[in-house]
Amino acid sequence: MQHAPTADAAHVTNTGIDNRKLLMWLFLASECLFFGGMIGTYLLYRNSSVTPPYPTDRVIDGVAYSGLFDIPFTSVSAFVLLMSSVTMVLALAAIQRNDRRGLQIWLAATALLGMTFLAGQAFEFTEFHKEGLSVNTNLFGTSFFVLTGFHGAHVSVGVLILVALWVMARRGRITSENALNVELAGLYWHFVDVVWIVIFTLVYLLQ
Amino acid sequence: MAGVMIERPAPTVGEALRRMRQQGETYQGVWSWLTTIDHKRIGLMYGATAMFFFLVGGIEALIIRLQLARPGLTLVDPDQYNRLFTMHGTTMIFLVVMPLSAAFFNLVIPLMIGARDVAFPRLNAFSYWTFLFGGMLMSASFFTGNPAGSFFEGHLGAPDGGWFGYAPLTLNQFSPGTGIDFWAFGLLILGVASMAGGFNFIVTIVNMRAPGMTLFRMPVFVWMTLVTSFLIIFAMPIITVALFQLLFDRLFGANFFNVGAGGTPLLWQHMFWLFGHPEVYILILPAMGIISEILPTFSRKPLFGYPFVVFSGIAIAFMSWGVWAHHMYTVGLGSAANAAFGVSTLLIGVPTGIKIFNWLATLWGGSISFKTPLLFALGFIAMFTIGGLTGVMHSMVPSDYQQQDTYFVVAHFHQVLIGGALFGLFAGVYYWFPKFSGKFMNEKLGQLHFWAMFIGFNVTFQPMMILGFLGMIRRTSTYEAGLGYGLWNMMSTAGAFLIAFSIAVFLINVVVSMRSKEDAGADPWDGRTLEWAIPSPPPVYNFAKIPQVTELDAHWAKKYVQNEAGELVPAMAGGANGDDNDSSGHDIHLPSPSIIPLIASAGLPLLASGFIYWDNPWMLPLIPVGAVITLVGVFAWALEPATE
Repeated sequence: MQHAPTADAAHVTNTGIDNRKLLMWLFLASECLFFGGMIGTYLLYRNSSVTPPYPTDRVIDGVAYSGLFDIPFTSVSAFVLLMSSVTMVLALAAIQRNDRRGLQIWLAATALLGMTFLAGQAFEFTEFHKEGLSVNTNLFGTSFFVLTGFHGAHVSVGVLILVALWVMARRGRITSENALNVELAGLYWHFVDVVWIVIFTLVYLLQ
Repeated sequence: MAGVMIERPAPTVGEALRRMRQQGETYQGVWSWLTTIDHKRIGLMYGATAMFFFLVGGIEALIIRLQLARPGLTLVDPDQYNRLFTMHGTTMIFLVVMPLSAAFFNLVIPLMIGARDVAFPRLNAFSYWTFLFGGMLMSASFFTGNPAGSFFEGHLGAPDGGWFGYAPLTLNQFSPGTGIDFWAFGLLILGVASMAGGFNFIVTIVNMRAPGMTLFRMPVFVWMTLVTSFLIIFAMPIITVALFQLLFDRLFGANFFNVGAGGTPLLWQHMFWLFGHPEVYILILPAMGIISEILPTFSRKPLFGYPFVVFSGIAIAFMSWGVWAHHMYTVGLGSAANAAFGVSTLLIGVPTGIKIFNWLATLWGGSISFKTPLLFALGFIAMFTIGGLTGVMHSMVPSDYQQQDTYFVVAHFHQVLIGGALFGLFAGVYYWFPKFSGKFMNEKLGQLHFWAMFIGFNVTFQPMMILGFLGMIRRTSTYEAGLGYGLWNMMSTAGAFLIAFSIAVFLINVVVSMRSKEDAGADPWDGRTLEWAIPSPPPVYNFAKIPQVTELDAHWAKKYVQNEAGELVPAMAGGANGDDNDSSGHDIHLPSPSIIPLIASAGLPLLASGFIYWDNPWMLPLIPVGAVITLVGVFAWALEPATE
């Protein structure tokens, strides 16, 4: 008798790919269109703001405006997020060899790096706000805050998932058998990380 | 529930929750529906809810038709008229045709692929509840037009920006009140429901097919569901972005569509139609799949050119991403862009035409039985062809310049959405009703329904084609006498009431048929696909034994073989209905019912309401309340074991 199809029936799929993993890939594919729309909008409106402040240094009619972007600072926070992908990989590798202690350490590290990134974003938003940039100030404020805000929301969801996994790991509820939970969180986390690399390149670095 | 045995390991989520779940398994009342994760029950709920919204959208249409029956009527004022056509369009597309298609995905797909349920039964329940709450939220906007002193004082009721919601027309400046907010949040929530369903059905079809059912042994309806699901998961995020942008502009003063700040209205138009055109195929492909099942069954012939029909569907889906700007010819994108989109729009007619010829060839030489499902399927072919051809007329840029914003466009899209999608969906209702109720739908009433609807449809919409050529413009609440519009409008209104009559006949038919004593049996139409191999209505576990598939039309292949002369003869023993299913199903392990999907989705409309009224201190707390409910729901979901 074949097993009934249930959400956690990891076996008997036509493709051999676990249902949940396939779901995650599809979700991430769909998310590409979401961020594609957001990033596309930012690029469409790049350099279209009719009032300051602007993202980069600019001289208009002989008046110099200093840009808001602090590339070295954002590079550091981008690096932090990038490193969190490394710790995520280590977390998965740990539980796949049934190293529960390693799992806890690397999950906690990933969550903390994610929180550091979020703190950096909060700091950046605050600084920009002090310089007079809000979501309603100009097209830069609108498209910048909405794009990076939605990305930050995705990172926050990721941190919530990591913390939940960490709690489960501490209670010994994650083993090499259900390491898939960690793998799925990892897929999501890497995706969010990759999106940031795209945003960092197109929004901050591309002048 | 057919004595399904449930194994009970140590409690993990609390005794109270366990008790509720047990009740869901044994109790047949309301609670069992609230907690159900059975795809068949969810499908029935989708269907019933969509029929309810169909009546709502239909009443809106009748009011519109009454208003337009004669020149200069004042049944509704221009403002109310705007709200009516906006809600009519939005309701019919998002709350009727899409969920009716979803109803069939739910009811039929697991049966057709020989599975016991979808890949994610709880996610499936979540899709339904989220759809219901999204629809309720959007419809609630009607009641916000409100007594003095209430929370809603001073607001204007339902949205008035058209189903396309063009910004900046939908910004606060031009659409004050909360109507557009309800509309935008409603669509966001409905988008969540559709996407969850899309993911679920892709995984189900890709991963859960019975052994031996290769991709090219899948029924065409399964293929079209797969293709539609892909369109859904890629198109919905785009409208999601646009809706968020609109809401940021409306609620927080952002500038996405603020022309004064350098924003452009073109952003909305591109985003909306980049979603909107694939959406058109999201509406029609499931109906095409349905009739691709019905035509072979009632012609007693295999579908002509199966691979062509499948590949045409796939081609349509790909091409649907490159035609969006044909909604924007008069915007001024330039002749090069218009020409390019004109060509791509002409091209998408090719795979559509291929399908039509294959359907006709399926009928050719068949032993045709003119039952109600086939009548609706034939109605689909005829009406959809006219709709498709008028679409080809629109693809020609100079021709479209003349037709833009006239009733010719209204006639065209009703021709494809009613004459196409809805006829196909009704064909499906008559076709699969015996499977899920165990009863036939009354044939005489069915024929009456078909003919009344077919005639009513033509009397309603063909005059609109003429009105379009006469220059009558859309979205305008009345017209002057002496323009030659009166007669055609009167005809159209009369036709609309004939359609309403046909729907009444349909509803009576459902009630009469449910009470009928006649047993339809497992395989009333001598069907070709796996759903006809199991009893009607299907047991909760669907298949006692998962079928082994050896070819296309898996069930047919078990019933008939060719003799030496190449004639079709009944197979020997072992081919009869239901005999693979004599097991009592005692040892089948099914996922447990759960209230959690309902809870997780219940937070969403609360969260949205909080944002809609975020400047009201009494309503603002709904944001955290809604967020917490959904978060708790999601966490409980993650921790709750799928089976107990």
